Amino acid sequence: MNAIIALSLLGIFTLFTGIFNWRKAMLPIVVIGLAGVFVLNGMDYFTTPSWYADYTHMVIFDRYAVVFSAALIMITAMLFFLCKQYYQKEDNNISDIYGLILFTLVGGMLMASFSNFAMLFLGIEILSIPLYILAGTKRLEVTSNEASIKYFLMGSFSTGFLLFGMALVYGAAHTFTLDGIRQYTDAHAGDLPTIFVAGIMLMLVGMLFKVSGAPFHFWAPDVYSGAPTLITTFMATVVKTAAFAALYRLLFYTFGSAKPIWFDALWGVAALTMIIGNFSALYQHGVKRMLAYSSISNAGYLLIGVIAMNTHSANSIFYYTLVYSLASLVSFGVLMLVTQDNGGDDSYTAFKGLARNNPALAGLMTLAMLSLAGIPPLAGFFGKYYIFINAMENGYIYIVLIAVANSLVGIYYYFKVIVAMFAKDTAPTKIAVQPAYLFALVVAAALLFVLGIFPDWVSGLMN
Amino acid sequence: MNSINEIIRTIPLNYYIFLSAVLFCIGVMGVLLRRNIIIIFMCVELMLNAVNLLFTAFSAYSSDPAGQVFVFFVMVVAAAEIAVGLAILVMIYRNLKTIDIDQLSRLKW
Repeated sequence: MNAIIALSLLGIFTLFTGIFNWRKAMLPIVVIGLAGVFVLNGMDYFTTPSWYADYTHMVIFDRYAVVFSAALIMITAMLFFLCKQYYQKEDNNISDIYGLILFTLVGGMLMASFSNFAMLFLGIEILSIPLYILAGTKRLEVTSNEASIKYFLMGSFSTGFLLFGMALVYGAAHTFTLDGIRQYTDAHAGDLPTIFVAGIMLMLVGMLFKVSGAPFHFWAPDVYSGAPTLITTFMATVVKTAAFAALYRLLFYTFGSAKPIWFDALWGVAALTMIIGNFSALYQHGVKRMLAYSSISNAGYLLIGVIAMNTHSANSIFYYTLVYSLASLVSFGVLMLVTQDNGGDDSYTAFKGLARNNPALAGLMTLAMLSLAGIPPLAGFFGKYYIFINAMENGYIYIVLIAVANSLVGIYYYFKVIVAMFAKDTAPTKIAVQPAYLFALVVAAALLFVLGIFPDWVSGLMN
Repeated sequence: MNSINEIIRTIPLNYYIFLSAVLFCIGVMGVLLRRNIIIIFMCVELMLNAVNLLFTAFSAYSSDPAGQVFVFFVMVVAAAEIAVGLAILVMIYRNLKTIDIDQLSRLKW
């Protein structure tokens, strides 16, 4: 809880550094601040969560919340290392951008720790509203504008569904607290009233918009490819992690005993998301758009983790989101450099010959792609492995078969990037990379490798 | 407070549910069918206000103030959201000189 307060103050302070024009100090302040927030958040890991229930039962920092928040803070800190080089031209507003990213993180942490519907709603909105602005930060580019308005319209549209669902659930259960609603669900598990069932379904629609599950995914490719790549990275990593943390928390802590109601719907959505995401990714010409569809298909794999819902599910979802975020960070990071170097061209041909003159970048990209494809020594493999094994324990064979077939399809388009990088025909120039930028990418790639060899370092954090 | 609750309760709960469901559906159809971005904003507001009505009705019927407090959250967030949305709209108008959503179709595959 202290972490959220400290982070909000850090965000406000960052805005002030813009007023006083402390350009040089801004990045160190934010990174050191985030390190402090990370420690504050980590301290909650060892305290008993009941103490925090005193915040009028609005948020609860149990291990689930602390672990997810730690991942969100870590990924955001890495993103800040990429910020400086990416936003060189928009230097005038850089403090606003930093501040907005920090506020978005506050929303993400609330989404991982809510114990009341009001906090779920506020968390989602605190996360979304700064993102609408961030998606439009390249304000002279029409694609950025378009991404911004599309994200805004879809975001507020889905919030409407979420709220209507909340209202119906409230009408049946007469409370907004997760505990109260769980008691209500447990007590009426056999014969839930129609408005309650409709409420669950509408809330699910709202949440599925946020995690970009098919058929509510159509906004994602446009927004991901139109937004500035740094913000796309942020959406694919931090926002996706927060959305899944919220979805799983909502379903597990409140509607767990109503599983027969939402199970079939979510099963279908998971299968559809994987299939649509993967097969659309096959036909993309741009790597950025391919990664956007890949993000959709990864949401499908994560939904399998959500529907499995047993004692290991939270851990496996956390491991998968962390690993996926790291791999996305690296791949979007390299993509940003290549795109800028090629004057905005993000097609596969832009990657041709990258390995010859920029072996470090090509190596990082290869690692990320292999991890996303799920090749064994890397962490991406274990992410998928945990999710699939977890679903198999519950006996959900068919969905796992669909998922395995889909991840085989995925290998094709991830390898297309690798093949392009190691092709010999053209040799692009050497790309200038700032040390901080390279540092963040190397750390993320190293983590992918280390977490693949020692997956149990993080996979048991919630026990 | 009690008297207001009693006044609200003079109309059966189902009527409130139907009214807000209808308002919500009008909002949804508006978002999906209208092409002018400002009209779409208004339809989103309509959806949120349908929810507010529902919260208030349920709150009065269950004598639980939480629902009415929630309405304030929704109103505040809706105001913040619409402020950002109009800013985005101004940005788009400066670049494209139009606010027709069909003109925004550069991002397609």
